[in-house]
Amino acid sequence: MHIGIDVGGTNTDAVLMSGSQVLAAVKTSTTDDITSGIVSALEELQRKRGFEPADVRAVMIGTTHFINALVEARRLAPTAALRLGLPATTSLPPMTDWPDRLVQAIRGRHYLCHGGHEFDGRHIAELDEHEVRRAAADMAEHGVRSVAISSVFSPVNAEFEERAAELLQAELPGIAVSLSHEIGRIGLLERENATIINASLRELATHIVDGLARSVAKAGIQAPLYLSQNDGTLMDVDFARRYPVATFASGPTNSMRGAALLSGLETCAVVDIGGTTSDIGILQRGFPREATTEVSVADIRTNFRMPDVLSIGIGGGSKVRREPQEVTIGPDSVGSALTQRALVFGGDTLTATDIAVAAGRANVGDASLVAHLDKELIHAALTRIAADVADLVERMHTTAAPLPLVAVGGGSILLPEQIAGCDGVHRPDHYAVANAVGAAIAQVGGEVDRVFPTPPGQRESVLDAAKQEAVERAVAAGATPGSVSVVECEEVPLPYLPGNAARIRVRAVGDLSLED
Amino acid sequence: MRELTADDLGDLARGAAILGTGGGGDPYIGRLLAQAALDKYGPVPLTALDELPDDAEVLPVAMMGAPTVALEKLPSIEQVGNAVRALGEYRGKAATHIACIEAGGINSLTPVVAAAQLGLPLIDADGMGRAFPELQMVLPTLIGVQATPTSITDEKGNHQIVAAIDNHWAERLARSATVDMGCSTMVSLYGMTGSEARASLVDGTVSLCVELGRLVTSARNGTAPADAVAARLDGRRVFDGKVVDVARRTEQGFARGEAIIEGLDHDAQSRLTIAFQNENLIARRDGVAVATVPDLICVLDRDTGEAITTETLRYGHRVTVLVAPADPRWHTSDGLALAGPQAFGYELEQ
Repeated sequence: MHIGIDVGGTNTDAVLMSGSQVLAAVKTSTTDDITSGIVSALEELQRKRGFEPADVRAVMIGTTHFINALVEARRLAPTAALRLGLPATTSLPPMTDWPDRLVQAIRGRHYLCHGGHEFDGRHIAELDEHEVRRAAADMAEHGVRSVAISSVFSPVNAEFEERAAELLQAELPGIAVSLSHEIGRIGLLERENATIINASLRELATHIVDGLARSVAKAGIQAPLYLSQNDGTLMDVDFARRYPVATFASGPTNSMRGAALLSGLETCAVVDIGGTTSDIGILQRGFPREATTEVSVADIRTNFRMPDVLSIGIGGGSKVRREPQEVTIGPDSVGSALTQRALVFGGDTLTATDIAVAAGRANVGDASLVAHLDKELIHAALTRIAADVADLVERMHTTAAPLPLVAVGGGSILLPEQIAGCDGVHRPDHYAVANAVGAAIAQVGGEVDRVFPTPPGQRESVLDAAKQEAVERAVAAGATPGSVSVVECEEVPLPYLPGNAARIRVRAVGDLSLED
Repeated sequence: MRELTADDLGDLARGAAILGTGGGGDPYIGRLLAQAALDKYGPVPLTALDELPDDAEVLPVAMMGAPTVALEKLPSIEQVGNAVRALGEYRGKAATHIACIEAGGINSLTPVVAAAQLGLPLIDADGMGRAFPELQMVLPTLIGVQATPTSITDEKGNHQIVAAIDNHWAERLARSATVDMGCSTMVSLYGMTGSEARASLVDGTVSLCVELGRLVTSARNGTAPADAVAARLDGRRVFDGKVVDVARRTEQGFARGEAIIEGLDHDAQSRLTIAFQNENLIARRDGVAVATVPDLICVLDRDTGEAITTETLRYGHRVTVLVAPADPRWHTSDGLALAGPQAFGYELEQ
């Protein structure tokens, strides 16, 4: 068996799983230190269904902690960005277009040095080791504790980033180094931004990951610990210490993948209705469809691969108002005060949850407290919610064929059995803990994303080599060799380049080997 | 409008995207570069076309190469200015004014960068009044202005001059120099005198872009931005609907395809199809052409009024489609031969 845990801003959910079957599920409050919330979730899981800690083969944790830390600009390390690209790129130095607030929060400094590659692998300039050492001396003087290194076209050739890392580590023992080619793809500013964000979270990552490991050990569990990444695959704790940024999108990804597992549907629309918002995404063969546009995180442009998610301000805590012309739902919400402020809990605010209870769709609080609501209001509110969700689902479709809709999250009680444009509404068992279930899906992946020369007649062999490399990377990440398959292969021919070149992106995913 | 400041850049890019009629790509890097140039060198004066002296030396500037490369090996301010300087030296007369060759994407912003860096005024005009995919599709071609000599610069300080016998050779030689230089170059071309510029450029395009951008941002509170944009362009709103299909294919380096839009509200029961090659070329309502290139077919987000490029158009998008007349010179027989439907392989149906 294995355990999946979702540490959200409000709740910490945990599930005990055997294969794809949920044995027990619990919901507890997230604590400020994260760890004591996990300890109590594990204790509660133990109470609900006794298990031998020694039988647990793996613990998987999904957390929004790191993205929240960035958004709130707290506990970020003093960080420097070193870019290798001179004489190119001088006009737009690192942290161009960042909000000042965040540059200050990381006490951001930047250094431009010679180096970098052309699209075809030629050097823009040779690396100047003295220049890098001079930058190191300045970093030491200014108390920099974490460095992001980027180099032009490092996804094509990473030699300069790696050499600069060696030089910095020799000059500044103990400094944390994040390399852009390991974090992002083509698109220098966006990849560099993601690397700087990663660098600024390194100290927090070590602290949190150590805390997670302690809380699991406290429950007597010796099994390895993994964290969920943006694409839903897992990373081990050493990797998580170095790449906290890889957890940024794991929240929506886990809820969608959990919905797939619970419903048995691999291609569907998923709506996760929480207390304040509803997030809608599309699952294709078990993986969330990714956004094709640039994604801003805390007003910083990045090229993370994030699930394509649309949100609206409708949730279980949304305030319901009767206006002269219509009934409105949200976008304001009583949020986590639902159990004090909603009518069914003796409060004074009409919320979407009260409507669901009055309509007989949910059984929480005291139904007699909403018995007085008039039927017309209830009907109008429910119709409105269904119409807004249907509209959002329709916007997310990329084909005209209707998709089944899987509803998860505590607020999914607001939805009817049928929604226009959807092939049925499915609300699977354990819908309220889909995030934790998604975290518990034991898969690991490997990816290749580079510009490859594709001489005439050799396109197939180049593609095969790229696929092989992605598969090898998945195995290196811990996948059982026989289980790995290529889930995505994208080839973008680059116009105007001689001798044919294409940017090839391949992603391979396999099952984590959970050996005895 | 007498000068362009950093505050105008967002609106300039937004407005140029509308005139870009689906082409031009993401202007993000161009906007950052223009921002950096204005921060460093101050605002750029705008010169109205009719104020341009006959003997002015007008040098347009644009980016050439693979957009993907420019996202990685970021162009520099100096590189843009150097292209103009190098061509001026070759022609034996330094530029007195900078011009924009096309409205749309990064090329609506590169001239701002050059003007700021060189301390020269930017002409409030452009070479097309819209965007087109090919080098020769500019109005100055109609009065015999040649693309060549052309200067090409990289970010290292190299430059090359292409002096070709015709525009076809200019394109070919400039492309191979661009590849040697790492596939992200700046070019200055179509050098012309003030009187040639007055005779061939589209008047007022730069300030029009800024104005269109403002209409979109200010109209968001209440009125439909699309109506304001259509009125300003002497155009009309031809369709409101939802994109139900986008078919794309890449041919000879161009993104060709077709989008199908299903009508909403007063257009319910109707379908509009738009054929595109980088830019939107033909709009047909229930099979009947309602607009063809060279006229402008602009696809805007129905709620925000922001232009939607052909590469970001996708199923579910709620859009408003506007049609606006192109500069009348595009409707002459020479203009149509250069950039009419037949130039894009369509047998029509005017």
